[in-house]
Amino acid sequence: MRISKSSRRDFLKVSAAAGGGLMLNLKSANAAGNAAPSDLNAYIKMAPDGIVTIAAKNPEIGQGIKTALPMIIADELEVDWKDVRVETAAFDPEKYGVQSAGGSTAIPRNWDLMRRVGAAGRQMMVSAAAKTWKVAESECTAASGVVTHTASGRTLKYGELAAKAAALPAPDLKTVTLKDPKNFKIIGTPTKDVDGPKIVTGQPLYGIDVTVPGMLYATYEKCPVFGGTVASANLDEIKKMPGVRHAFIVEGTIPKGSDKINPSMDVGLSGGVAIVADTWWQANVARQKLRVDWNTGPMVAQSSAGFAAKAAELAKQKPEMEIRKDGDVDAAFKNAAKVVEATYSYPFLAHATMEPQNCTAHFKDGKLEVWAPTQNIGNGRALCAKVFGIPESSITGHMVRAGGGFGRRARPDAFLEAAWISKVAGAPVKLIWSREDDIRHDTYRPGGFHTFKAALDKNGRLTALTDHFVSYGADGKFANSANIAGNVFPAEFVPNLNFGASLMPLGTPTGPLRAPGSNALAFVFQSFLDEVARASGRDPLDFHLDLLSEKRVAAAPAAATPPGGIPQPAFDPARMRGVLTTVAEKAGWGKRKLAAGSGLGIAYYFSHLGYVAHVVEATVSRQGQVKVDKIWVAVDVGSHIVNPSGAINQVQGATLDGLGQALGQEITIARGGVVQGNFDDFPILRMNQAPPVEVHFQTSNVSPTGLGEPALPPLLPALANAIFAASGKRHRDMPLSKGSPAAV
Amino acid sequence: MATTLKINGTSRTVDVDESTPLLWVLRDILDLKGTKFGCGIALCGACTVHLDGQPVRSCSTPVAGVGGREITTIEAVGDSALGKKVQEAWLDLDVAQCGYCQAGQIMAATALLKNIPKPTDADIDTHMSGNICRCATYTRIRAAIKQVAGVEAAKTEG
Ligand code: FES
Ligand code: FES
Repeated sequence: MRISKSSRRDFLKVSAAAGGGLMLNLKSANAAGNAAPSDLNAYIKMAPDGIVTIAAKNPEIGQGIKTALPMIIADELEVDWKDVRVETAAFDPEKYGVQSAGGSTAIPRNWDLMRRVGAAGRQMMVSAAAKTWKVAESECTAASGVVTHTASGRTLKYGELAAKAAALPAPDLKTVTLKDPKNFKIIGTPTKDVDGPKIVTGQPLYGIDVTVPGMLYATYEKCPVFGGTVASANLDEIKKMPGVRHAFIVEGTIPKGSDKINPSMDVGLSGGVAIVADTWWQANVARQKLRVDWNTGPMVAQSSAGFAAKAAELAKQKPEMEIRKDGDVDAAFKNAAKVVEATYSYPFLAHATMEPQNCTAHFKDGKLEVWAPTQNIGNGRALCAKVFGIPESSITGHMVRAGGGFGRRARPDAFLEAAWISKVAGAPVKLIWSREDDIRHDTYRPGGFHTFKAALDKNGRLTALTDHFVSYGADGKFANSANIAGNVFPAEFVPNLNFGASLMPLGTPTGPLRAPGSNALAFVFQSFLDEVARASGRDPLDFHLDLLSEKRVAAAPAAATPPGGIPQPAFDPARMRGVLTTVAEKAGWGKRKLAAGSGLGIAYYFSHLGYVAHVVEATVSRQGQVKVDKIWVAVDVGSHIVNPSGAINQVQGATLDGLGQALGQEITIARGGVVQGNFDDFPILRMNQAPPVEVHFQTSNVSPTGLGEPALPPLLPALANAIFAASGKRHRDMPLSKGSPAAV
Repeated sequence: MATTLKINGTSRTVDVDESTPLLWVLRDILDLKGTKFGCGIALCGACTVHLDGQPVRSCSTPVAGVGGREITTIEAVGDSALGKKVQEAWLDLDVAQCGYCQAGQIMAATALLKNIPKPTDADIDTHMSGNICRCATYTRIRAAIKQVAGVEAAKTEG
């Protein structure tokens, strides 16, 4: 992608200059209650020929937001989708508010705002037409880019009204009239990814495709042990290699001598050796000759085996921290008709985005320009401002489509490295990580260990549950994404319940992976509940519907939504019963006779405001080989599915992502570093392992919420529960490859 | 060393070390950015191109080994009627999520359909399992291949 200096910003500047076009300049406060910079600007550009260009404010990482947010604007604006062109917005949080991808937040955060932005545009068109005809606005209607005066039948096209509308004051977003949702035409209609034509023809689109004039290419070798730095390197030899322009040591900014995890993801600049060459391949060839003597630091003592041994020891002791305590568990266990106990574990995981981490940066005269395939360009800008001691206003960031995010691209490490290397090299630099760099220098989904105990009364009802969670962190603080909240299900649905946690210090950086927290907790809680259900002698579906029938502990009052935050309505068991019932019905739960060796497993989870239930049908051969035959999934994310095409794709993808994790993904730490390095030892699900995934949406009368994450977590326990149903073998440790039977 | 390559119907001469993988010649010397880097060691298929119509992993194909064979990349696969049909099916079924793997998927699928015009599910498994899609768009990739082949796809989008 050749990017001329200002192409991204042009969009904002064109304004009325474009042949009398309209640039909505909405100055009013942000009605969605978004973060302070609610001074909206420039979402809609209307050309005289009626073509509408809509700015997509958030980074696109494969979640489909570049299509979905403009769809909402276009629907309220009353234009036909075929007349819409979409452009990625400039990165400018003062104009656009939060511009990040993460936590399935874009839809809940922007649903109302995008509607109002579109409605404001429609209102301006109607006003301009009414003024032209000298009639009341209330006598006019808008549809398909045309305003009609109902009584006289006169019409004016949006393109014809653009110049006049541009001169009108922008309406207050708070008071614009929204459409009746039953008249939505674009929202709810399957709509193709706006970048599809470029994707299938191989046009430059991604961060790794960026080219700027005079650009050099870089590789960056970091210490295999987290937190390590360079003692010495054979730089003279490297500098003589073909094409190499620079080779230098970067000391790094990570505090030395600590074996405790920094709870922030912005851990700073890792020490290493940068090689800058005319082509990336030349830099890479030179790197193969690099010999580095590392100061590995104290983290070299850490290993997965060591953590497992320590966790087993801690699990026998009293939890170091109390997370939640309801009722009297001791009394409940004394009176129990049956007690169920089990221990579970899950490993560290890498993100392994298909596009390896990369970034292009140009540091010049105290100013930094960056082209970043990132989920959160603001993080990178803030980190660079701090490290280089320059104001954020001196940093221009361009959001470029990313080949996958899954949480990885929330961390701006490649962003900072590229900027640093550009500064030292005195030229624009594209840094590309190898796949091995990508897998060995991630912010990992933290592993964890759970020891459960449950009590059942004589009616087979769950009366008590305890969990001692051994996780990572220090000084009473969990490592990033290694925490458990007090309201994790089945909390509030069991009268006597204790959650406790103990922490192990960790040198490995951790961070969010698609459905952080939930992606691990769903597996352990929903698998253990399946064990409890079976111990109760009841059908798991009946057991769960009964468990979900009423809260047995008063919920803590919902916290007020902070400014810019997303309302966090309490877990609604009725919505969960809804998806559970639907998925069971679609899968023929309890209605079908399965072949010998086959079984159904069911699980559900509330994550990122979404309600999802899975049923997995699996067959286990006599030799213990597991085959997943089919997966059903039911989803409730509120009143509307903005783009059903993208939504189904997300649900199928998240479901199969979970399957890939379960079948064989594990990151192992040895001598303070990561053992795995590529797709041979960190396997991603492949075509021959992907069963059909049947998706069903169910709606509820609440504002729509996001879909990038919630369809992953319940898949893992549904699979483990299916394998148990098929074979009687209970998998309590992920991935499945850890214990027999082998999985295919 | 100067090497002449036949790429997408034209001859291009490049001056690179002969061990340079075709992938990096395409991307960084010839500015054909559609072919993608995923793993570098023939494990993911993101870099798939055609040599004389057959799929190869360009990350693991030194430019010296290409010889006079015709190289086709994603930028030109649509010049053939079959390649165009594959691209259209990909668009029609809105296959992509992040899209990063899809150039490789389209190249692999076009080669499959050329060799086996009506592939079975087992054929699809055999010929497409070398191409990873980290977003796991496999359901739609399979359906798109079947659409081009004119064979019935399972309904999974209730
Ligand atoms: S980049 Fe060539 S197969 Fe992965
Ligand atoms: S669409 Fe993202 S890797 Fe395939």
